[in-house]
Amino acid sequence: MLSRTAENLFWMGRYIERAESTARLMEMGQRMAMLPGAGERDEWRSVVTSCGSAHHFDKAERISEVAAARALVLDGDNPSSIRACLSAARANGKAVRTALTREMWESLNDGWRKLESVDPGAQSLRRELPELLDWTKRRANLLRGAAETSMLRNDGWDFMRIGGFLERADMILRLLDVKYFVLLPETDVVGGGRDHHQWTSVLHATSATRAFHHVYRGDYAPWQITDFLLLNRAFPRSLSHCYRQTLGHLEHIERRYGARHPCHDTALAMVERLESAGMGELFKQGLHEFVSDALAVTARLSREIKEAYHF
Amino acid sequence: MFNEMSGSDGKLRDPYAGIAEWLESSGVDLLNRRSEEAEAIFRRIGITFAVYGEGGDPERLIPFDLIPRVFAAAEWRRLDRGIRQRARALNAFLYDVYHRGEILRAGIVPAHLVYRNSAFLPEMMGVKPPGRVYSHIVGIDIVRTGADDFQVLEDNCRTPSGVSYMLENREIMMRMFPELFDGGGVEPVDDYPDALRKTLEEVAPPACKGDPTCVVMTPGPLNSAYYEHSFLADLMGVELVEPQDLFVDDGLVWMRTTRGPQRVDVIYRRIDDDYIDPLSFRPDSLLGVPGLFDAYRAGGVTLCSAPGAGVADDKAIYTFVPDMIRFYLGEKPILDNVPTWRCAETDSCKYVLEHLDELVVKEVHGSGGYGMLIGPKATKEECEAYAKRILADPSDFIAQPTLDLSATPTISGGVVSPRHVDFRPYCLVGQEMRLVPGGLTRVALREGSLVVNSSQGGGVKDTWVLSE
Repeated sequence: MLSRTAENLFWMGRYIERAESTARLMEMGQRMAMLPGAGERDEWRSVVTSCGSAHHFDKAERISEVAAARALVLDGDNPSSIRACLSAARANGKAVRTALTREMWESLNDGWRKLESVDPGAQSLRRELPELLDWTKRRANLLRGAAETSMLRNDGWDFMRIGGFLERADMILRLLDVKYFVLLPETDVVGGGRDHHQWTSVLHATSATRAFHHVYRGDYAPWQITDFLLLNRAFPRSLSHCYRQTLGHLEHIERRYGARHPCHDTALAMVERLESAGMGELFKQGLHEFVSDALAVTARLSREIKEAYHF
Repeated sequence: MFNEMSGSDGKLRDPYAGIAEWLESSGVDLLNRRSEEAEAIFRRIGITFAVYGEGGDPERLIPFDLIPRVFAAAEWRRLDRGIRQRARALNAFLYDVYHRGEILRAGIVPAHLVYRNSAFLPEMMGVKPPGRVYSHIVGIDIVRTGADDFQVLEDNCRTPSGVSYMLENREIMMRMFPELFDGGGVEPVDDYPDALRKTLEEVAPPACKGDPTCVVMTPGPLNSAYYEHSFLADLMGVELVEPQDLFVDDGLVWMRTTRGPQRVDVIYRRIDDDYIDPLSFRPDSLLGVPGLFDAYRAGGVTLCSAPGAGVADDKAIYTFVPDMIRFYLGEKPILDNVPTWRCAETDSCKYVLEHLDELVVKEVHGSGGYGMLIGPKATKEECEAYAKRILADPSDFIAQPTLDLSATPTISGGVVSPRHVDFRPYCLVGQEMRLVPGGLTRVALREGSLVVNSSQGGGVKDTWVLSE
């Protein structure tokens, strides 16, 4: 397929995933802002930081929900905002119309200008926000569902999915990069209600509370949460799952084209590392160090894919 | 005015019997509701054309009118022969002017109209395109003024657009009103993409040995017809490329793919001559594939349409097409031209200036309905201003009588009333000639208006050719 087509599909997958991740992070922010003591903690800063949009705010400023929503949902000039992501996903899709099925295109195209006309006034925005975030997640689900049921399983499918999984992996890592301090083993000692909510908020950001209970039943413990988000193979937003899927799609392409590239080795090395490591080891090595390292590997993998397929 | 449904005498014409019954039984309310549904579908599918720089929604819909325009089988038989005849003559003319120029030597077409024409490419002299085909998709704009009076208004030999509407209009009609198609009384048009692909494959270049790889080349998503480009590529199952996806190496054309370079044999390009190759044409062009034209001349790739094909569809050349038919084919033209005065000729110019208020005057190189004067609708001041423009450069203008275009029933402002229409069929020319029974009917939605161009408030309709 055309390299440009592969690139557009890759980015379409990424942008749709990013829009959804941002919606989930906004929901986490809303929950945390309702907890006692939220005022002192500046919870929204961790949200905008996870989204890579901290530089849009003054360092000393206390970020409000409305300010975060304007920047992360409505601001067309912020490339990380939901509006910008959805419109970039559509632009990428439009550039490769022939690689999309009609159902996929319709799910990208339907209502794509909705966020342009949302009233940014504080009161109405707070009222509308939950529905807007739901709507965003529905957009992503619709596109993925349309792709799942209508798209040829060719290399275009692989490139689109790789884009999505890399973005999802990136998002988990960025969230942990911002939040790791509440999940370190020593916070176990602190115990208590507030930390409990801090931990669960991370699960909320990944829509994982219920899934977590299915896997672990009992109480929350930070190491379990981290284990779940990084190493659990069954959880579709875990780093392990994202990398296994990425590797699987890269191997499809390898078989189809009959050529292996450095990106294959990078993805394989990460999968092996995640499968062999227990959480204890990751903590010994240092959670923050691991997360920083995995972020760097993910960025490198993205570059290697572009080089291998002439993007 | 000739009303295609009720004739000149108010009696229902046969081809419209089914439509009349349908209109009667549906009622206006239902039709209005269905019109809104159709618009919603078009927008969701994204069948839009782009208009930039005017504010508002940059991606607009062409208004779609639900009531089909109908041709009887016998009417179509005549149109079909006339269209094919014209497409043959136009291609013969193009071959001639880029080779010996017999028609010019014979004094039938003035040489300066060809050689000084901005669409004439001296670089094409002596180049032999595969099958001697220059214009592979000939769009011929036809108007009707009476029961038996069809006239050609304009030829389009470069890359006529609009065929996606022919296909989508039919799809939407079949989806919304399946009962209308019961019994198979309407000729299908959906084999057009197949016919186009075969046409492209038939003109593969000498350098192509195996199965030809065809592509559609678009300037990109910002182009106003981008939807159509992607639509056609999709239906043909070929790649939609932008110029930056292609490069020329060793006289052959390649596209950049995820597996490395892949050969391209035939390019259906939807980019103007000026922009296909910055080395041969406009050096300032950001579009284009450097070296493409040389690869074409050397037989490494086929461009559809051939560069320089536009010299045959210029409005000044248009007036000579009936002569071309007689000269190259030895046949009598089946479809007439609209009578046309060439202002380049002194007597004609004098007549035009004296009768400005009755005539439609057009710029020779204009298109899209821009820059024309519709005499009967113009004020005295507008006529005087236009007369000055004609005098400044008479050879830049032609004039035609104000045609009383036929009208067909159309939903407008919630009621059904007659609106003027024209018609553009698409004739495909490869080793064979192919013409699907149908085309694009454009309709002037404003009452009394004769301007059907989509850039000026025109809409489109499904066009039916009834089966025998």
